Amino acid sequence: MNSEISPTAPAASSSTVDESRLRMLWREYAERRGAVVALIVCVVLLAAAILAPIIAPQNPYDLSVIDIFDSRLPPGSVNPAGFTYWLGTDGQGRDMLSAMIYGLRLSLFVGVLSGLLAISAGVTVGLIAAYAGGAVDALLMRVVDFMLGFPAILVALILLAVLGQGVDKVIFALVMVQWAYFARAVRGTAMIERNKEYVEAAISLGLSRPRIVFGHILPNCMPPIIVIGTMQIAHAISTEATLSFLGLGLPITEPSLGLLIANGFSFLLSGLYWISVFPGLLLLVTIFSINIVGDRLRDVLNPRLQK
Amino acid sequence: MLVFVIRRLLQSALVLLAVSLVVFAGIYAIGNPVDILLPDDANETERQAAIRALGLDRPLLVQYGIFLLKAVQGDLGTSFVYNIPSIELIFSRLPATLELAMCALFISIAVGIPLGLWAGLRPGTKTDEAIVTGSILGFSLPSFWQGLMLIMIFSVTLGWLPSNGRGATGTLFGIETSFATWDGFTHLLLPAINLSLFKLALMIRLTRAGVRETMPLDFIKFARAKGVSETRIVLAHVLKYILVPIITVIGMELGAVIAFATVTETIFAWPGMGKLIIDSINKLDRPVIVAYLMVVTLMFIVINLVVDILYALLDPRVRIKGQTE
Repeated sequence: MNSEISPTAPAASSSTVDESRLRMLWREYAERRGAVVALIVCVVLLAAAILAPIIAPQNPYDLSVIDIFDSRLPPGSVNPAGFTYWLGTDGQGRDMLSAMIYGLRLSLFVGVLSGLLAISAGVTVGLIAAYAGGAVDALLMRVVDFMLGFPAILVALILLAVLGQGVDKVIFALVMVQWAYFARAVRGTAMIERNKEYVEAAISLGLSRPRIVFGHILPNCMPPIIVIGTMQIAHAISTEATLSFLGLGLPITEPSLGLLIANGFSFLLSGLYWISVFPGLLLLVTIFSINIVGDRLRDVLNPRLQK
Repeated sequence: MLVFVIRRLLQSALVLLAVSLVVFAGIYAIGNPVDILLPDDANETERQAAIRALGLDRPLLVQYGIFLLKAVQGDLGTSFVYNIPSIELIFSRLPATLELAMCALFISIAVGIPLGLWAGLRPGTKTDEAIVTGSILGFSLPSFWQGLMLIMIFSVTLGWLPSNGRGATGTLFGIETSFATWDGFTHLLLPAINLSLFKLALMIRLTRAGVRETMPLDFIKFARAKGVSETRIVLAHVLKYILVPIITVIGMELGAVIAFATVTETIFAWPGMGKLIIDSINKLDRPVIVAYLMVVTLMFIVINLVVDILYALLDPRVRIKGQTE
C-alpha cells in the first residue's frame, strides 16, 4: 500500500505549504513596524539573558570583584581601577548593569519555564476535557472556573506563604495560577475541532485516541495557545517580580529584577534613583515588548479578523 | 430561577468546604501545628498543654471537624503579634482596603470609559493608536514599580503628596473616611492612582472594543437616519448598549482590585488588610494568615455568586442551560 504512494511527495508539498503560510503570516505581522521593533527587542533581551556570563561587565555573584567602597555610586562613575559603572552601583557596590543582566536572566528563566509547564499542563487538561466530554468535562471545567475565580496574584501569594521562598516554589506557584487559562482556551478550540471531518476520518481509519488527540486535534489548537502563551509569559514575569518585591518570591541570594527594585526602594527616598529605576525600566521594556508581540500575534492568527 | 440560585449556593458551600480542607491540610497537617500556633519561645509544659488543648492527640478527622466547628463560629485563632482574635483584626482593617479599592475603581471608570469612547469612535487614527498603545503600557507596568515611580516623582522630587500612611480620617455620613479631611485625601490620592492604573487600561480596551462592535449595528444607523445628533447617539445609545458588559466586568474586577491592594498597601504603608497579610507572613503570624485566607475566599465566593446570579438575570440562556443539565 505504501509503495503506491510516494512517502516523500506529500511531506515535501506540505512543508512548502507550511513555509508559504509562515511567510504570509510574517508579512502580515510586519505591517506594524512597532510590532517588529518589539520582536527585535524580545530577541535581543533573550540573547542578553542567555549570554549573561559573557556580556556582563562584572559577575555580580562573585564577591571578590565587588568592592563595598564602590557602593551607591551614581551612573557613569569610574572607580580607581578604571572600571566604569555606566548605570551606577547598588548598596553593596555591585555594578547595576551586570546585576540587571543577571536579574533579567533569572526573570526570563522563571517566566518562560513556568509558562511552558503551564502550557503542557493546561493543554493536557483541556484536551482531555474536550475529548472525554460528559462528567469528566464538567468536573474539569468546574475546577478551571474555580481557579479563574481568584486573581493570580492572590493564589500565588497564598501558595508561597505556605510553601516558602525558592525558585522551584515560585515556578510551581506560577504554573498553578496559569494552567487554567490554557485549559479553557484549548478545550474551547478542541470542542470545535472534534466535530470536523478530518477527525471523523482519523477515527474511521482506526487511529488510537491519544494519536488523534495529540497528533491531529492539538496542532489545530496551536494559534490560541501561542497567543495566550505569549501574554502569560509576560504576566508570569510581572507576577514573579511583584512576589519577589513583596519578599515572598525568590530568595535574596538569587536577585531577579523584582528583587533588585525592592533593594533600591529604601534608597529611592534619599534620592538614589538609579538602583530602583533602571531595573524597573528593563522590566517594563521586557513585559511591554512581549505584550506588543502577543497583541500583534492575536490579530494575525485570529481567523475572524482576516481580510 | 430559585433552582438556579439554590444550585449555585450549594456549589459555593462546597467550594468553601474544599478551601477549608486545603487550608487545614496546609497549616495543620503538613507543618507541626504546635510550632505554628505557639510562639517560638514556648517551653515544654506549654507545648504539652497546647497539644491537649488543641486536641492534637485525637484522630485527624475529628480535628478537622473541630476546626470547622470553630471556624463557623468565627473563631480562627488569636494573633500572636496583636493578641486579639485574628478575625476581629482583619475586619478592623477592612474599611481602609475597601475605601482604597472603591476609589481606584472610580478613577478607572471615570477616566477609562471616556478614553475608550474617544479611541473607539476614531478607529485607525493616531489618537486611537496612542490610546491603545498607552493601555498596553498600562497592562505592562508592574504595579509595584509604577507605585515607586509615583512616590519618586510626587513625593521625593516635587514634594506635593505624602508617600505613606492613611493620614487623618474623619466621619462623613456616619462612615469613617479619608475624604473628610484634606490630609486624608492627599494621602489617599497616590495609592488610589497606583491601584487604578491596571483597571484603567482594562476599561479603555473594553469600552473601545464595545464601541467598535456597536457602531455598525442597525439601531445606530436607524438613529442616524432619524437625524439624532452624533453626541446623543454616542452618549445615549452606544453608551447604554455597552454598559451592561462593562458593569459585569467591574463587579468581577472588584475582587482583583482588593487582591492587588496588597501590593499598593505595602508600598504606601496603607493600613489595610493587604498590608496586614504581608506583615503577618513576614512575622509568621499564622492565625492571621488562616483567617485572612478564609475571609478572602468567602468574599470571592460571594462576589462570584452575585455575578453569576446577575448573569442569569440578564441572560436567560444561562438559566436554561443550568436546568437542562
